[in-house]
Amino acid sequence: MHLAYPAVLSVLLFCTGLYGVLARRNAILVLMSVELMLNAVNLNLVAFDVWLSQAARDTLHSGQALTLFTIAIAAAEIGIGLAIVLAVYRARGTSDIDKLRDTAEARPGPEDDDTETAAPAMADKTEAAA
Amino acid sequence: MTLAASSPGFLSPTGVEIAFLLVGVVTLGAAIVTVTTKQLVHAALWLVVALGGLAVEYLLLTAEFIAWVQVLIYVGSVVVLLLFGLMLTKAPIGRSPDADSGNRWAALTVAVASAATLIWVVVDAFRTTWIDLDAATAAAAGSDGSTAVTGASLFQSWVLPFEALSVLLLAALVGAIVLSRKAAAEGERPPRSQDKAPSGKDKAESDEIKAASGKDEAASGKEGAR
Repeated sequence: MHLAYPAVLSVLLFCTGLYGVLARRNAILVLMSVELMLNAVNLNLVAFDVWLSQAARDTLHSGQALTLFTIAIAAAEIGIGLAIVLAVYRARGTSDIDKLRDTAEARPGPEDDDTETAAPAMADKTEAAA
Repeated sequence: MTLAASSPGFLSPTGVEIAFLLVGVVTLGAAIVTVTTKQLVHAALWLVVALGGLAVEYLLLTAEFIAWVQVLIYVGSVVVLLLFGLMLTKAPIGRSPDADSGNRWAALTVAVASAATLIWVVVDAFRTTWIDLDAATAAAAGSDGSTAVTGASLFQSWVLPFEALSVLLLAALVGAIVLSRKAAAEGERPPRSQDKAPSGKDKAESDEIKAASGKDEAASGKEGAR
């Protein structure tokens, strides 16, 4: 099998996940997209493991071991991530990321209490730019 | 690599390649529906198709153990956790018009641009690289199958990362419980979220270390460049 097939499939899956992370609003949908990106990486690891175990006589099977590690990390990540999303949902009543704007820079808008904290931050930024 | 010169062309695909392409198309289609559908629960269900398709791809690449772990952990529990999450956050059933945020065109631009760049790079680098799956199968059969090989390398060469992974999973477990309990102290719905957080870790028994993985990818990149 050409190595290009799994590599290209992996690129496409990764970019699909990238689109999902950037375009989705619901925090849980973003987590799903992150899973897609992690799986794209896993596919690459497995494909290169099969190739390198012949081409470079890699006897460690590092690709497959690291794939297992990635899967375990992903499971931990999804557990923690969902716990955080649930905590945010309880505190704010929403899991819509676009509405969680507490640390955003102040805009001319309804959120007056943000203005005091955001103003010094903006001042810092101008300083840094200068 | 020396295999490059003898690699067959793209116009006469082997049976395995055709199977890989067909499953790949299904996987990619399911992934695209996952990130575009307006029905949140459907997104989770299409994710099952995408992850299951990837498990088949692993089988085609002779990585049996990874394929079954993929089915157990991703299809079996990560998706269930995600569905639990959707329900606990009262995600709307049916179409929700605001599933995509306003920057979806920017997101599409970024995704298409990075896909084009990466495909160009990857195809240019690995156009002539050939994986000999028959040899891989034969090598695995010579040593009791690829699961035996994976197990041996995991518990010989990778024991330390493996143990470090169990510490990390313990930390994640404790972290999730702490997150859930703090919310419980404020007063709502403790039992459900507690059930759910630990289950994420249970299934993760398999293994892992992140720093090592970064190093290794760099190593394979180097091999590829040669």
